[in-house]
Amino acid sequence: MSKVCIVFDRLRSEEKMLEKQAMELGHHANMLDAKITRFDTDSKKSDYDFGDVVLERCVSYFRGLHFTACLEFMDIPVINKFDVASKCGNKLIMSLVLKKNNVPTPKTYFSFSADAARENIVDVGYPLVLKPVIGSWGRGVMPLKDKDTVDAIFEMRELSDGPHDRIYYLQELIKRPPRDIRVITVGERVIAAMYRKSSGGFKTNIALGADPELCKITNELEDVSVRASQAVGGGILGIDLMEDEKKGLVVHEVNNTVEFKGLSKVAKINIPKEMVKFALNSARK
Amino acid sequence: MNCPECDGNINIPDDASVGEIVSCPDCGADFEISKKDGSNVKLKQAETVGEDWGE
Repeated sequence: MSKVCIVFDRLRSEEKMLEKQAMELGHHANMLDAKITRFDTDSKKSDYDFGDVVLERCVSYFRGLHFTACLEFMDIPVINKFDVASKCGNKLIMSLVLKKNNVPTPKTYFSFSADAARENIVDVGYPLVLKPVIGSWGRGVMPLKDKDTVDAIFEMRELSDGPHDRIYYLQELIKRPPRDIRVITVGERVIAAMYRKSSGGFKTNIALGADPELCKITNELEDVSVRASQAVGGGILGIDLMEDEKKGLVVHEVNNTVEFKGLSKVAKINIPKEMVKFALNSARK
Repeated sequence: MNCPECDGNINIPDDASVGEIVSCPDCGADFEISKKDGSNVKLKQAETVGEDWGE
Protein backbone atom coordinates (compact mmCIF):
# COMPACT_ATOMS: atom_id res chain seq x y z
CA MET A 1 0.00 0.00 0.00
CA SER A 2 1.29 3.45 -0.94
CA LYS A 3 0.43 6.80 0.55
CA VAL A 4 -0.45 9.94 -1.36
CA CYS A 5 -0.64 13.29 0.40
CA ILE A 6 -3.07 15.85 -0.97
CA VAL A 7 -2.10 19.38 0.03
CA PHE A 8 -4.91 21.92 -0.10
CA ASP A 9 -5.81 25.32 1.23
CA ARG A 10 -9.51 25.17 0.37
CA LEU A 11 -11.01 21.70 0.22
CA ARG A 12 -12.96 21.45 -3.03
CA SER A 13 -14.69 18.52 -4.65
CA GLU A 14 -11.55 17.87 -6.76
CA GLU A 15 -9.45 17.19 -3.68
CA LYS A 16 -12.16 14.93 -2.23
CA MET A 17 -12.35 13.03 -5.52
CA LEU A 18 -8.58 12.49 -5.45
CA GLU A 19 -8.79 11.22 -1.86
CA LYS A 20 -11.63 8.84 -2.76
CA GLN A 21 -9.83 7.45 -5.79
CA ALA A 22 -6.58 6.93 -3.86
CA MET A 23 -8.49 4.89 -1.29
CA GLU A 24 -10.40 2.95 -3.96
CA LEU A 25 -7.05 2.05 -5.55
CA GLY A 26 -6.07 0.58 -2.19
CA HIS A 27 -3.77 3.38 -1.11
CA HIS A 28 -3.79 5.63 1.88
CA ALA A 29 -4.65 9.30 1.38
CA ASN A 30 -3.47 11.98 3.75
CA MET A 31 -5.30 15.32 3.45
CA LEU A 32 -3.09 18.20 4.58
CA ASP A 33 -4.08 21.83 5.00
CA ALA A 34 -1.18 24.02 3.79
CA LYS A 35 -2.43 26.88 5.99
CA ILE A 36 -1.59 25.06 9.22
CA THR A 37 1.68 23.43 8.13
CA ARG A 38 5.06 24.87 9.11
CA PHE A 39 8.61 24.35 7.90
CA ASP A 40 12.02 25.76 8.76
CA THR A 41 15.54 25.63 7.34
CA ASP A 42 16.30 22.50 9.40
CA SER A 43 13.12 20.66 8.33
CA LYS A 44 13.69 17.08 7.24
CA LYS A 45 11.56 14.57 5.39
CA SER A 46 11.46 12.37 8.48
CA ASP A 47 9.81 15.18 10.50
CA TYR A 48 6.62 14.86 8.44
CA ASP A 49 4.32 12.23 7.00
CA PHE A 50 3.95 13.24 3.37
CA GLY A 51 3.79 9.63 2.20
CA ASP A 52 5.22 8.55 -1.14
CA VAL A 53 4.17 11.56 -3.16
CA VAL A 54 2.42 14.90 -2.68
CA LEU A 55 -0.27 16.31 -4.94
CA GLU A 56 -0.07 20.08 -4.45
CA ARG A 57 -3.62 21.40 -4.91
CA CYS A 58 -3.63 24.87 -3.33
CA VAL A 59 -6.05 27.35 -4.88
CA SER A 60 -3.61 30.15 -4.01
CA TYR A 61 -0.81 30.04 -6.58
CA PHE A 62 1.86 31.66 -4.43
CA ARG A 63 0.99 29.53 -1.39
CA GLY A 64 1.25 26.36 -3.46
CA LEU A 65 4.46 27.46 -5.16
CA HIS A 66 6.27 28.25 -1.91
CA PHE A 67 4.92 25.13 -0.24
CA THR A 68 6.32 23.11 -3.16
CA ALA A 69 9.73 24.77 -2.71
CA CYS A 70 9.75 23.60 0.92
CA LEU A 71 8.81 20.05 -0.10
CA GLU A 72 11.52 19.87 -2.73
CA PHE A 73 14.03 21.24 -0.20
CA MET A 74 13.30 18.07 1.82
CA ASP A 75 13.52 15.87 -1.32
CA ILE A 76 9.83 15.00 -1.10
CA PRO A 77 8.35 14.11 -4.52
CA VAL A 78 5.64 16.58 -5.46
CA ILE A 79 3.33 16.94 -8.43
CA ASN A 80 3.76 19.39 -10.00
CA LYS A 81 7.38 20.30 -9.58
CA PHE A 82 8.39 23.81 -8.48
CA ASP A 83 9.93 24.55 -11.87
CA VAL A 84 6.69 23.56 -13.64
CA ALA A 85 4.52 25.56 -11.25
CA SER A 86 6.65 28.67 -11.60
CA LYS A 87 6.48 28.54 -15.40
CA CYS A 88 2.73 27.95 -15.51
CA GLY A 89 1.89 30.54 -12.86
CA ASN A 90 3.22 33.48 -14.86
CA LYS A 91 1.67 34.07 -18.28
CA LEU A 92 4.68 35.95 -19.63
CA ILE A 93 7.11 33.19 -18.68
CA MET A 94 4.69 30.59 -20.04
CA SER A 95 4.33 32.36 -23.40
CA LEU A 96 8.11 32.53 -23.75
CA VAL A 97 8.53 28.86 -22.85
CA LEU A 98 5.84 27.77 -25.32
CA LYS A 99 7.30 29.83 -28.16
CA LYS A 100 10.86 28.72 -27.38
CA ASN A 101 9.68 25.11 -27.69
CA ASN A 102 7.83 25.70 -30.97
CA VAL A 103 4.40 25.18 -29.45
CA PRO A 104 1.86 27.28 -31.42
CA THR A 105 0.78 30.17 -29.19
CA PRO A 106 -0.88 33.55 -29.81
CA LYS A 107 1.40 36.46 -30.69
CA THR A 108 1.97 38.33 -27.46
CA TYR A 109 3.59 41.70 -26.72
CA PHE A 110 5.40 42.55 -23.50
CA SER A 111 6.17 46.00 -22.14
CA PHE A 112 7.15 47.29 -18.75
CA SER A 113 5.47 50.68 -18.37
CA ALA A 114 2.13 52.18 -19.38
CA ASP A 115 3.85 54.50 -21.88
CA ALA A 116 5.68 51.64 -23.58
CA ALA A 117 2.45 49.61 -23.69
CA ARG A 118 0.64 52.55 -25.34
CA GLU A 119 3.40 52.76 -27.98
CA ASN A 120 3.05 49.03 -28.49
CA ILE A 121 -0.69 49.41 -29.12
CA VAL A 122 -0.12 52.26 -31.60
CA ASP A 123 2.35 50.07 -33.52
CA VAL A 124 0.18 46.93 -33.52
CA GLY A 125 -3.33 48.39 -33.58
CA TYR A 126 -6.59 47.15 -32.09
CA PRO A 127 -8.02 44.76 -30.96
CA LEU A 128 -5.73 43.31 -28.33
CA VAL A 129 -6.32 41.48 -25.07
CA LEU A 130 -4.72 42.70 -21.85
CA LYS A 131 -4.05 39.96 -19.30
CA PRO A 132 -2.51 40.11 -15.84
CA VAL A 133 0.64 37.96 -15.75
CA ILE A 134 -0.54 36.36 -12.50
CA GLY A 135 -4.12 35.21 -12.05
CA SER A 136 -6.71 32.79 -13.27
CA TRP A 137 -10.41 32.21 -13.97
CA GLY A 138 -10.32 35.02 -16.55
CA ARG A 139 -9.89 37.62 -13.83
CA GLY A 140 -8.56 40.92 -15.16
CA VAL A 141 -8.57 39.73 -18.78
CA MET A 142 -9.83 42.65 -20.84
CA PRO A 143 -10.34 43.23 -24.56
CA LEU A 144 -8.80 46.52 -25.73
CA LYS A 145 -10.71 47.95 -28.67
CA ASP A 146 -10.17 51.70 -28.42
CA LYS A 147 -7.99 54.40 -26.85
CA ASP A 148 -10.56 55.45 -24.24
CA THR A 149 -10.66 51.92 -22.82
CA VAL A 150 -6.86 51.74 -22.79
CA ASP A 151 -6.54 55.08 -20.98
CA ALA A 152 -9.10 54.07 -18.33
CA ILE A 153 -7.58 50.64 -17.69
CA PHE A 154 -3.99 51.87 -17.64
CA GLU A 155 -4.88 54.70 -15.27
CA MET A 156 -6.47 52.20 -12.88
CA ARG A 157 -3.37 50.00 -13.11
CA GLU A 158 -1.09 52.91 -12.29
CA LEU A 159 -3.26 53.81 -9.28
CA SER A 160 -3.32 50.28 -7.88
CA ASP A 161 0.43 49.92 -8.65
CA GLY A 162 0.80 46.28 -7.64
CA PRO A 163 4.17 44.76 -8.55
CA HIS A 164 2.66 42.86 -11.47
CA ASP A 165 0.68 45.87 -12.71
CA ARG A 166 3.93 47.22 -14.19
CA ILE A 167 4.12 44.25 -16.54
CA TYR A 168 1.93 44.77 -19.61
CA TYR A 169 0.99 41.52 -21.36
CA LEU A 170 -0.90 42.24 -24.57
CA GLN A 171 -2.08 39.40 -26.75
CA GLU A 172 -3.57 39.29 -30.22
CA LEU A 173 -7.32 38.66 -30.20
CA ILE A 174 -7.69 35.26 -31.84
CA LYS A 175 -10.43 34.90 -34.46
CA ARG A 176 -12.11 31.70 -33.37
CA PRO A 177 -15.46 30.07 -32.69
CA PRO A 178 -17.03 31.27 -29.36
CA ARG A 179 -15.32 28.54 -27.40
CA ASP A 180 -11.95 27.22 -26.36
CA ILE A 181 -10.65 23.75 -25.55
CA ARG A 182 -9.45 22.50 -22.18
CA VAL A 183 -7.26 19.42 -22.28
CA ILE A 184 -6.05 17.52 -19.24
CA THR A 185 -2.64 15.90 -19.61
CA VAL A 186 -1.20 13.37 -17.21
CA GLY A 187 2.46 12.86 -17.97
CA GLU A 188 2.66 12.59 -21.73
CA ARG A 189 -0.94 11.41 -22.11
CA VAL A 190 -4.02 13.40 -22.97
CA ILE A 191 -6.74 11.87 -20.78
CA ALA A 192 -9.71 14.17 -21.43
CA ALA A 193 -10.76 17.24 -23.37
CA MET A 194 -13.74 19.53 -23.43
CA TYR A 195 -15.02 22.58 -25.25
CA ARG A 196 -15.76 25.54 -23.02
CA LYS A 197 -18.43 27.60 -24.68
CA SER A 198 -18.79 31.28 -23.97
CA SER A 199 -21.87 32.24 -22.02
CA GLY A 200 -22.11 35.56 -23.88
CA GLY A 201 -18.86 37.48 -23.46
CA PHE A 202 -15.51 36.66 -25.01
CA LYS A 203 -14.28 34.75 -21.96
CA THR A 204 -14.76 31.01 -21.86
CA ASN A 205 -13.75 30.12 -18.30
CA ILE A 206 -15.87 27.47 -16.61
CA ALA A 207 -15.45 29.49 -13.40
CA LEU A 208 -17.37 32.28 -15.16
CA GLY A 209 -20.22 30.03 -16.27
CA ALA A 210 -19.04 28.68 -19.63
CA ASP A 211 -20.78 25.46 -20.65
CA PRO A 212 -18.59 22.32 -20.83
CA GLU A 213 -19.00 19.89 -23.72
CA LEU A 214 -16.92 16.80 -24.41
CA CYS A 215 -14.32 17.35 -27.16
CA LYS A 216 -12.91 14.61 -29.41
CA ILE A 217 -9.19 14.09 -28.91
CA THR A 218 -7.80 14.40 -32.43
CA ASN A 219 -4.19 13.65 -33.37
CA GLU A 220 -3.50 17.38 -33.75
CA LEU A 221 -5.03 18.17 -30.34
CA GLU A 222 -3.04 15.40 -28.71
CA ASP A 223 0.22 16.42 -30.40
CA VAL A 224 -0.02 20.12 -29.53
CA SER A 225 -1.15 19.41 -25.95
CA VAL A 226 1.63 16.92 -25.25
CA ARG A 227 4.20 19.33 -26.68
CA ALA A 228 2.85 22.09 -24.43
CA SER A 229 3.08 19.79 -21.42
CA GLN A 230 6.65 18.82 -22.30
CA ALA A 231 7.60 22.48 -22.82
CA VAL A 232 6.74 23.42 -19.22
CA GLY A 233 8.22 20.25 -17.73
CA GLY A 234 5.30 17.81 -17.59
CA GLY A 235 3.14 16.59 -14.74
CA ILE A 236 -0.61 16.97 -14.28
CA LEU A 237 -1.69 19.94 -16.33
CA GLY A 238 -4.63 21.75 -17.88
CA ILE A 239 -3.82 22.94 -21.39
CA ASP A 240 -6.05 25.67 -22.85
CA LEU A 241 -6.23 25.99 -26.63
CA MET A 242 -8.07 28.14 -29.13
CA GLU A 243 -9.00 27.28 -32.70
CA ASP A 244 -7.46 30.09 -34.74
CA GLU A 245 -9.20 30.49 -38.12
CA LYS A 246 -5.83 30.68 -39.90
CA LYS A 247 -3.20 29.09 -37.66
CA GLY A 248 -5.20 26.15 -36.30
CA LEU A 249 -4.77 25.19 -32.65
CA VAL A 250 -2.87 27.63 -30.47
CA VAL A 251 -2.07 27.14 -26.78
CA HIS A 252 -2.80 30.22 -24.70
CA GLU A 253 -2.42 28.78 -21.23
CA VAL A 254 -1.04 25.84 -19.27
CA ASN A 255 -2.57 25.46 -15.82
CA ASN A 256 -0.61 23.96 -12.95
CA THR A 257 -3.42 23.09 -10.52
CA VAL A 258 -6.02 21.94 -12.99
CA GLU A 259 -9.67 21.91 -11.95
CA PHE A 260 -11.66 18.96 -13.29
CA LYS A 261 -15.00 18.93 -11.52
CA GLY A 262 -16.96 19.81 -14.67
CA LEU A 263 -15.00 17.62 -17.07
CA SER A 264 -15.11 14.59 -14.76
CA LYS A 265 -18.91 14.54 -15.06
CA VAL A 266 -18.77 13.95 -18.82
CA ALA A 267 -15.36 12.33 -19.41
CA LYS A 268 -15.23 8.63 -20.22
CA ILE A 269 -12.06 8.18 -18.21
CA ASN A 270 -11.82 8.48 -14.41
CA ILE A 271 -9.73 11.67 -14.22
CA PRO A 272 -8.79 11.70 -10.50
CA LYS A 273 -7.94 8.00 -10.66
CA GLU A 274 -5.50 8.63 -13.54
CA MET A 275 -3.96 11.51 -11.61
CA VAL A 276 -3.35 9.41 -8.48
CA LYS A 277 -1.91 6.52 -10.52
CA PHE A 278 0.41 8.91 -12.37
CA ALA A 279 1.58 10.59 -9.14
CA LEU A 280 2.45 7.29 -7.45
CA ASN A 281 4.15 5.93 -10.58
CA SER A 282 6.21 9.12 -10.87
CA ALA A 283 7.37 8.77 -7.27
CA ARG A 284 8.49 5.18 -7.87
CA LYS A 285 10.76 6.18 -10.79
CA MET B 1 -24.93 25.01 14.11
CA ASN B 2 -25.38 28.74 14.50
CA CYS B 3 -23.72 31.24 12.21
CA PRO B 4 -20.96 33.15 14.06
CA GLU B 5 -21.96 36.24 12.07
CA CYS B 6 -25.76 36.43 12.22
CA ASP B 7 -26.77 33.49 14.43
CA GLY B 8 -28.66 31.87 11.53
CA ASN B 9 -28.72 28.10 11.17
CA ILE B 10 -25.85 26.55 9.12
CA ASN B 11 -26.30 22.96 8.05
CA ILE B 12 -23.05 20.96 8.28
CA PRO B 13 -23.35 17.77 6.18
CA ASP B 14 -22.29 14.56 7.96
CA ASP B 15 -19.66 13.87 5.30
CA ALA B 16 -18.17 17.39 5.41
CA SER B 17 -14.41 17.49 6.04
CA VAL B 18 -12.00 19.90 7.68
CA GLY B 19 -11.03 22.55 5.15
CA GLU B 20 -14.41 22.60 3.40
CA ILE B 21 -16.34 25.83 3.03
CA VAL B 22 -19.89 26.22 4.32
CA SER B 23 -22.11 29.23 3.76
CA CYS B 24 -24.78 30.74 5.98
CA PRO B 25 -28.10 30.68 4.08
CA ASP B 26 -29.25 33.79 5.96
CA CYS B 27 -26.35 36.27 5.73
CA GLY B 28 -24.26 34.58 3.00
CA ALA B 29 -21.04 34.60 5.02
CA ASP B 30 -18.55 31.84 4.17
CA PHE B 31 -16.83 29.79 6.84
CA GLU B 32 -14.18 27.11 6.74
CA ILE B 33 -14.58 24.00 8.88
CA SER B 34 -11.49 24.17 11.08
CA LYS B 35 -12.27 21.21 13.37
CA LYS B 36 -14.76 18.37 13.17
CA ASP B 37 -15.13 15.61 15.70
CA GLY B 38 -18.49 13.97 15.22
CA SER B 39 -21.10 16.64 15.83
CA ASN B 40 -18.53 18.94 17.44
CA VAL B 41 -17.71 21.39 14.65
CA LYS B 42 -15.62 24.56 14.76
CA LEU B 43 -15.78 27.21 12.07
CA LYS B 44 -13.43 30.02 11.15
CA GLN B 45 -13.82 32.90 8.72
CA ALA B 46 -13.10 31.66 5.19
CA GLU B 47 -10.36 33.39 3.21
CA THR B 48 -11.61 35.74 0.52
CA VAL B 49 -10.69 35.18 -3.11
CA GLY B 50 -7.11 36.34 -3.68
CA GLU B 51 -5.48 37.86 -6.73
CA ASP B 52 -3.45 34.68 -7.20
CA TRP B 53 -6.35 32.25 -6.81
CA GLY B 54 -7.15 29.85 -9.61
CA GLU B 55 -5.70 26.98 -11.53
